[in-house]
Amino acid sequence: MSRIQKTLAALKADCRQALIPFITAGDPRPGLTVELMHALVKGGADVIELGVPFSDPMADGPVIQRASERALAHGVSLRDVLGMVAEFRKTDAGTPVVLMGYANPVEAMGYQVFAQAAVAAGVDGVLTVDLPPEEAEECAATFKRHGIDPIFLLAPTTPVSRIQAVERLASGYVYYVSLKGVTGAATLDVASVAAKLAELQSYLSVPVGVGFGIRDPESARAVAAVADAVVIGSRLVQEVEAGEAGLAARLTEFLASVRAAMDTARR
Amino acid sequence: MNDKLRYNQPDARGHFGQHGGIYVAETLMAALDELRVEYEKAIADPDFMAEYRYELAHYVGRPSPVYHAKRWSELLGGAQIYLKREDLNHTGAHKVNNTIGQALLARRMGKKRVIAETGAGQHGVASATVAARYGLECVVYMGAEDVARQSPNVYRMKLLGATVVPVTSGSKTLKDAMNEAMRDWVTNVDSTYYIIGTCAGPHPYPTLVRDFQCVIGEEAKVQMQDMIGRHFHPYVEVPGVRLIGVEAGGHGVETGQHAAPLTTNAKVGVLHGQRSYLMQDANGQIVETHSVSAGLDYPGVGPEHSYLKDIGRAEYVAINDDEALKAFHDLCRFEGIIPALESSHALAHAAKIAPTMAKDQVLLVNLSGRGDKDIPTIAKLDGIQL
Repeated sequence: MSRIQKTLAALKADCRQALIPFITAGDPRPGLTVELMHALVKGGADVIELGVPFSDPMADGPVIQRASERALAHGVSLRDVLGMVAEFRKTDAGTPVVLMGYANPVEAMGYQVFAQAAVAAGVDGVLTVDLPPEEAEECAATFKRHGIDPIFLLAPTTPVSRIQAVERLASGYVYYVSLKGVTGAATLDVASVAAKLAELQSYLSVPVGVGFGIRDPESARAVAAVADAVVIGSRLVQEVEAGEAGLAARLTEFLASVRAAMDTARR
Repeated sequence: MNDKLRYNQPDARGHFGQHGGIYVAETLMAALDELRVEYEKAIADPDFMAEYRYELAHYVGRPSPVYHAKRWSELLGGAQIYLKREDLNHTGAHKVNNTIGQALLARRMGKKRVIAETGAGQHGVASATVAARYGLECVVYMGAEDVARQSPNVYRMKLLGATVVPVTSGSKTLKDAMNEAMRDWVTNVDSTYYIIGTCAGPHPYPTLVRDFQCVIGEEAKVQMQDMIGRHFHPYVEVPGVRLIGVEAGGHGVETGQHAAPLTTNAKVGVLHGQRSYLMQDANGQIVETHSVSAGLDYPGVGPEHSYLKDIGRAEYVAINDDEALKAFHDLCRFEGIIPALESSHALAHAAKIAPTMAKDQVLLVNLSGRGDKDIPTIAKLDGIQL
């Protein structure tokens, strides 16, 4: 069982939902990322999604685009991101880390070379946004061979045939994109998320996390009532963007408020 | 037909050899599948194709002529240069062949809103034109740098009723306009049809755009024998025809400031929904490109070109900014034709190789657009205030 699977299974046994915060590696500067990861864990993160900066983040809204630009201005590469995970692992052996990014940096390194380096660094899962199951056979197989969970997206537009294609390849969890749009867009419609999740869960054996449009304790609680995990990204990146002063403490405090709200969610 | 040239590409999932495919976020997968199904139905529907052909004839003014550039050929002293006059199309470029096909498809699919990316503005103008023609809302994404250097086209799009959105992220050129168009599409996928302007992007776009642009090569085949064109596809299976693709060499491929992924043997990569040769750094980040021509200022290339390079069916060369500018001026002065800066790259290569060829050999250049839109750029380079 992978670190992600163990973590999510333990939460489920406890009738709790996972809190999965996202920040972009190297934002606002590379030296701060590991400290911020620990701050997220302190605030109640069960899994950390760490964004790999990319020059052309097509699926992201302006907030995460700017985070990528800030990190790239410091020359942060995929190898640098793996270095940050390795550093984080020195003092946290338990919290799963998922890298989230685009296919090209991984392609440029090569699936095999990347998978070996990622496992050595302590990476647990990888989500490449622009690699749908049709194109991900080789990549997912390589990841699984190395014990990395390939994480896939599902969307409001996903038909049943595609849910099954994802089920065949996915492990760890799947990430349900709650709305049609880019990261940080509009607010989510909990009723439609709940309806789609019921459909997804009837075809999936892996847990389902929900992201996009969750920005406060209230929306997190609403999603926690129907999903296995809650992903928060743009809202945290906005906090990073607001400046370095007291940043780690602010992230911890915000996440703790989300955690507290989720733990009162009624199932 | 020579067996060696038998060609059947792409495969069912849009792969041209190792290139092509579908590399987009999950939200768009269903829309791309719907587009593929509807497109296959449309091209098998005689009524759809009849309307498409009618529009090409009566609205665009096809067939476009093939013109023998006799005077220029004589001055160059070698091969005879012929021009496929796509510059004479309504809207002034080949782009409209494709936008008519896609707008008819959008209407057939019940979409009321179309979006497009544009570099030089020719595809944006062609999209705005057909949107006006068929009563569709139109939003065009254009890099802020291109908005500045192609201002006549920006105003044309506005006259035609389109909204032009300047894109200020990244290098502020075509690549960034495409990112922003993708973001719009993922947000408005139910109501919106994305008109991609070139044989690139996720399947089925490279095939669909190619098929709508094949009219250029099919006409040329009838109009001439054993000729070549930039839209290679109709000639791919014709033995004895050399296919040459011309990329933007910018300040020179050795300077790194260019937009010539094929000529410079760029690595294969994934961007904008496809796998193909792609200009990138060692870490897989996309690099900024340079070309005097906004329409060529892009780090990638359509998957079919990459495949034709792999199988050795087409050869690819780069022409620098200054060479393209010389060809631009030469065609103005010797033939009385003002070509687009994009097309001037192909003209420059023709001028380069014509003198090395025999007088009875023929070069067919796809003169893909006219240069009216480039007049402010040329004047600025010549130090003239208009």
